[in-house]
Amino acid sequence: MAIENISTVKDGKRVIVKKPELLAPAGNLEKLKIAVRYGADAVYIGGQEFGLRSNADNFSIEEMREGVEFARQYGAKIYVTTNIYAHNENMDGLEEYLQAIEDAGVTGIIVADPLIIETCKRVAPRLEVHLSTQQSVTNWKAVQFWKEEGLDRVVLARETSHEEIKQIKEHVDVEIESFIHGAMCISYSGRCVLSNHMTARDSNRGGCCQSCRWDYDLMKQTDDANYPDIPMFSEQDAPFAMSPKDLNLILSIPKMIDIGIDCLKIEGRMKSIHYVATVVSVYRKVIDAYCEDPDHFEVKKEWIDELDKCANRDTAPAFYEGTPGYQEQMYGNHSKKTNYVFAGLVLDYDTQTGIATIQQRNHFKPGDKIEFFGPDIQGFSQTAGTIWDDSGNEIDAARHPLQIVKMKVDQQVFPYNMMRKELKWQ
Amino acid sequence: MKKPELLVTPSSVDDIERLSEAGADAFLVGEEHFGLRLAGEFKREDVKESIKIAHAKNKKVYVAMNALYHNDRVEDLADYIAFLQLVEADAIVFGDPAVLMTVKEVAPNMKLHWNTETTATNWYTCNYWGRKGAKRAVLAREINLDAVLETKEHAEVEIEVQIHGMTSMFQSKRMLIGNYYRYQGKNLKIERHGKEEALYLYDPERDNRYPIFEDVNGTHIMSPNDICMIDELDELLDAEIDSVKIEGILKSPDYNEKVVSLYRKAIDVYTENPDEYFNIKDNLYAEIEAIQPKNRKLDTGFFFKETVY
Ligand code: SF4
Repeated sequence: MAIENISTVKDGKRVIVKKPELLAPAGNLEKLKIAVRYGADAVYIGGQEFGLRSNADNFSIEEMREGVEFARQYGAKIYVTTNIYAHNENMDGLEEYLQAIEDAGVTGIIVADPLIIETCKRVAPRLEVHLSTQQSVTNWKAVQFWKEEGLDRVVLARETSHEEIKQIKEHVDVEIESFIHGAMCISYSGRCVLSNHMTARDSNRGGCCQSCRWDYDLMKQTDDANYPDIPMFSEQDAPFAMSPKDLNLILSIPKMIDIGIDCLKIEGRMKSIHYVATVVSVYRKVIDAYCEDPDHFEVKKEWIDELDKCANRDTAPAFYEGTPGYQEQMYGNHSKKTNYVFAGLVLDYDTQTGIATIQQRNHFKPGDKIEFFGPDIQGFSQTAGTIWDDSGNEIDAARHPLQIVKMKVDQQVFPYNMMRKELKWQ
Repeated sequence: MKKPELLVTPSSVDDIERLSEAGADAFLVGEEHFGLRLAGEFKREDVKESIKIAHAKNKKVYVAMNALYHNDRVEDLADYIAFLQLVEADAIVFGDPAVLMTVKEVAPNMKLHWNTETTATNWYTCNYWGRKGAKRAVLAREINLDAVLETKEHAEVEIEVQIHGMTSMFQSKRMLIGNYYRYQGKNLKIERHGKEEALYLYDPERDNRYPIFEDVNGTHIMSPNDICMIDELDELLDAEIDSVKIEGILKSPDYNEKVVSLYRKAIDVYTENPDEYFNIKDNLYAEIEAIQPKNRKLDTGFFFKETVY
């Protein structure tokens, strides 16, 4: 089977007609709305049951309904993750829960356990069923199986490469979703129970405590009980760790679109609204620009820099571009210093005075280097000037979380634009 | 009372004879190209030979095809399955549905056992794979005894439970040991660090040692303790669990032979005279404890442990 036509020629210029869906995570309603405003075609959320990330903010059925209604105004869809591997004790309440999700107007669910797949088809047939990456589907024949089982979409294992996904698209006619950005397991998903063994927390029901990212000593056992085991590292080596760099496929997006991947997914239901806004808006630009003029497309440096502004770990393309080596893991210090922090959310802007009303999200003060970005503006930077509180008194800094302040800005901004502050490291 | 099948993983063809004598009823063999974390590498000739020896003694041989296959290996499935049919393997153990699909195409009468190791966590899903063609489900090690018994009650397929040995905790496609060495700047040639190297990760906080090794399927990390249920078999046997497994990986043939013979005794005694089992079970446990290798403590896995999430 050939991959369907991705592009066509319009007015003498090639354009992409099959645009993939850009799918973003949201841990709560505020993040959902931001993801949609910043350009996500679909958003996935967690409910209060049956989803991994048991400590992420999760949606009540009422909140799901509100999310669906909001998304609908923008033509966006909502999916709910119900991707635990259930134990017997988790079976109660599943039917009612799936029916409530369907009632709330959600488009589909993301599932790993056949218990939930079959129950959904039986009691909530209007919901699309997407197979979760937790099933670690790595080949076309397994994809074929799940298609025949009636699944609408398969989210592939993060271990699949460009070439492999292309072959899958050629063999099977079913929607394929693939991760493009965010944190990931270093194991095959669903095949790690380190947390279960080390801390009695069940990783396949959302309890993972990221034991893979801890430090260990790599040792070689000696046969003789009287000889001590041998360390496989020296004094100056960082300890053994299995911490993968986060995924970042910005440079591979054109290739992914060319082979007809149906949905490009961003990881991170626990991430901040600033993270969601930044990542979604960058990938929105990349996808739109490529689809509009694939033959003259180039990834702009400013997009790459922009993504870096919300990254707290190093990133890499992982398996999509081959087998990741040691350069795609982190040893010793696992996090990187961010150079920017989310400082405020624009609530309003007065075109007469050029003064913006801003909700504080992090400390900022006059003289700070700040920048604004949003779906409806070209990002720009400036130096923060005088700041007033909501009664018009000048203040020396915006210090209180969610405090409403006013400040003059250099260019027009709109509600829900965001303001970041540059951090200066000594 | 029905006796469960006593299943063990041998490390070589030679083990089949010895472990049969010790009381094993069935063997799980295979090669790393198709199966995961095997106690020994059994190429086709070895599989054939093992089946010959085992069948002559009225024992069964199952073959592991439970790897996660990428496209390149999907092509090899049909030929291997046809071979297994030809040499009369008693069942194929699978996790990836690609195997199930291929078996239907080339050997529709071949028995299938479903084993993904970590995801067989409820009875409904066991029965789901039963409806797709599996005759048996191998339960995840991370569920407790009550859940095992409840699953058996609702199961429409045979239920297999591991009762002794090491379990797998983790599989990555990345070569994590090799990567660490290259990060340190040593060992610049690409080579795999297999089971024979006896490497482990030491976790000072828990004073645990997790065996780690690489093969064509990636990096595997194993549990720090060995499950030992020899003194806790009564409820499993009462429930008529269909197959109980002794995992022989990373153990010597002598050790496995001894362990098999002790479990053989435990099962036989309990099914014939339960009271007698309660008299001898502590001694059986002590006999195993006495031969535990360096760094390997015994525990009861998740049978009596709750996990939270
Ligand atoms: S311990 Fe690491 S690899 Fe395992 S489930 Fe958690 S994050 Fe994933």
